[in-house]
Amino acid sequence: MATPGHHTLSVLVENRPGVLSRVCGLFSRRGFNIESLAVGPTERTDRSVITIRVDCTRHSVEQVVKQLDKLIDVIDVLEVEPDSAIERELLLIKVRADAEHRLEIMRMAEVFNARVVDAGATTLLLECVEHPDRLAALEELLSPYEIVEAVRTGRVAMTRASIANEAARPKLNILG
Amino acid sequence: MSDSALDQARKRTGTMTGAEAIIRSLEAEDVTICWGIPGGAILPLYDAFMRCDHTIQHVLVRHEQGAGHMAQGYARATGKVGVCIATSGPGATNLVTPIADAFLDSTPLVAITGQVPTHLIGTDAFQEADITGIVMPIVKHSFLVQRVEDIPRAIHEAFHIASTGRPGPVLVDVPKDLQQAEFDFAYPDTIELPGYSPEFPDVPASIAAAATLIAQSKRPVIYVGGGVINAEASEDLIIFAETLQAPVTTTLLAKGAFPDSHPLSVQMPGMHGSKYANWAIHRSDLLITIGARFDDRVTGKLDAFAPGAKIIHFDIDPAEISKNRRADVTLLGDLKHTLPALREAVAETRNAERIANQRDWLTDVQDWRKENPFRYMKGEKLKPQYIVEQFDRALRGKDAIWVTGVGQHQMWAAQFLSIDGPRRWLTSGGLGTMGFGVPAAIGAQQGCPDAYVVNFDGDGCFQMTSQELATAICYDVPVIHAVMNNGWLGMVRQWQELFHDERFSETNLFGTIPDFVKLAEAYGCLGLRAETEAEVDAVIEQAIAERRPTVIDFRIDHDEKVYPMVPAGAASHEMIDQVWDNDWVEEGV
Repeated sequence: MATPGHHTLSVLVENRPGVLSRVCGLFSRRGFNIESLAVGPTERTDRSVITIRVDCTRHSVEQVVKQLDKLIDVIDVLEVEPDSAIERELLLIKVRADAEHRLEIMRMAEVFNARVVDAGATTLLLECVEHPDRLAALEELLSPYEIVEAVRTGRVAMTRASIANEAARPKLNILG
Repeated sequence: MSDSALDQARKRTGTMTGAEAIIRSLEAEDVTICWGIPGGAILPLYDAFMRCDHTIQHVLVRHEQGAGHMAQGYARATGKVGVCIATSGPGATNLVTPIADAFLDSTPLVAITGQVPTHLIGTDAFQEADITGIVMPIVKHSFLVQRVEDIPRAIHEAFHIASTGRPGPVLVDVPKDLQQAEFDFAYPDTIELPGYSPEFPDVPASIAAAATLIAQSKRPVIYVGGGVINAEASEDLIIFAETLQAPVTTTLLAKGAFPDSHPLSVQMPGMHGSKYANWAIHRSDLLITIGARFDDRVTGKLDAFAPGAKIIHFDIDPAEISKNRRADVTLLGDLKHTLPALREAVAETRNAERIANQRDWLTDVQDWRKENPFRYMKGEKLKPQYIVEQFDRALRGKDAIWVTGVGQHQMWAAQFLSIDGPRRWLTSGGLGTMGFGVPAAIGAQQGCPDAYVVNFDGDGCFQMTSQELATAICYDVPVIHAVMNNGWLGMVRQWQELFHDERFSETNLFGTIPDFVKLAEAYGCLGLRAETEAEVDAVIEQAIAERRPTVIDFRIDHDEKVYPMVPAGAASHEMIDQVWDNDWVEEGV
């Protein structure tokens, strides 16, 4: 119970001003660091989903879920279980690529389903949408060539379509 | 307001300004009184008060913090939502303390603030402060109104949120240009808050599990918090406790939720609670927690709190369940439903053996109570506990509301007052706001004009908000402010004496500065003083008889301390007491 672990929370909110700072403020107030954060609209324009990744204990995550649920603008909170969800993140990465290594880097990118989206005289800009763990692996492989710049969007997640007979956002039993 | 007038207010339509819409919305919420101070960004609203023929009484205070605490005092004494109003910038930031206080003590409060005009927001305009941002961690919710048409809905939802579920403060920030803009007013009769559902099923499925735990328990204790008062469930609690025949401990916020004079009452638990309450909790095998939240001032060292007890936890707020102490059985919902439901289930499982077991337990607890009452030593100097006792005696049988500041005097009042009904003890618990007493007592008196309202204050607390004596005089609010003047920040001094080797760093207030009698008279209040026991009854009698704003300067023994005491970080049954030579550590039971 006391061992930390990674948790991904999918927070469905009303698309109102200030809602993101209410949600994020709650994490800092309770002493949790947000590892990754992604926000965007949903199938409804008046709703957004905030996907948050935190590293904390099971007890802490239960607390934070209950506190999030108390925010008036939060409609529901879902903890995404890795086994039953698809998780993706977008990476943009600019790598030093002189003539000697350019092809090598492009071949490596192919393996990871990364695309070259721009090229300069000495650098390549790659884009990759993948599971965050795969992005980390790609970054590591590219690191010997000198990474000039890298930026990630933060992960988003959705329960698998293949999981039958469940609501789109199964209600969390916050009382454990 | 009568039902028909209220109905009419809710059906009102017509073209009006945003400012008038605020007034009409407050009328539709049955608001009859509010507290505040005008200023630039809230001027249109104040203009509308006058143009609407003062259908709502506005009380002009001397500092916005006073407005907030008065609204709190009113809310706590009456059960209705308190309303306070301030201008933008410093007006709004002066409300931060009462808002935080209302948040921690679950008080229904709606704060309405003016904001700079929409086109100036974000420009660091004159008297601009991002008040919705500032109060974010201390409100139940807040609104920054962005269209004049949204004003009625914002007010309607603010009252709904503040008063339902676990009550709390809601702030509505209204830019000045929206107060001036005109629109077609109609009051909403629906709530559109898909993310807010404070209701729970009337009878949770866990009732049976709770009844089983109670049936198995030999040493149950009922641990009651302020939630019982918010739920108006005192009667249900008394019936529940009498069915169980279990001792009942009431936290500082719950004082009066269960009668202090009831044979099952063991009074307050925690840092300055009764020995018998703390011992009963320590020995109990089942803690039936009702609208309480295992605050650190109650539990002391959390790991050592009620070490052998299973926990049944009643609450309206799911986030309180298993926050500090894991609950074995959870009963979520309105106490008006859950308490009677559990009582019925328990009544079915009662048997002779269990009643006999629990009778032994009750006898033990009542013996501890007899042998270890709250007590103090008489001396040459005037003792504060004596003053509390004499006030208690003088107002026995009358409808009295007791209000306090924060510190030693608050604890003495909590220990020595006997209060038998809810909403008759108003104190700042969670935030511990010095300065709460004077304004909260004024607001309580305005909500309950026929009651006798006594504010037990310290000389430190009193000076934080004493300018509201002007408000008391202007509106003829006959609160008795009984200042326990020891000339020190007494509780801090007590900690310095006990835990900092008597290094009294920056706690001397010099009890003769100001002269509280002259200060009272400067405002037009009655000013009285008592320096010996012999003088106490006379000033109390005079203050009660004159029934006008009164300050009594009680010159008490500055060396008097609050005992018993659980030192910070100790287990709650390990209490220090002054018996009656040196300080000693109670072995417990």
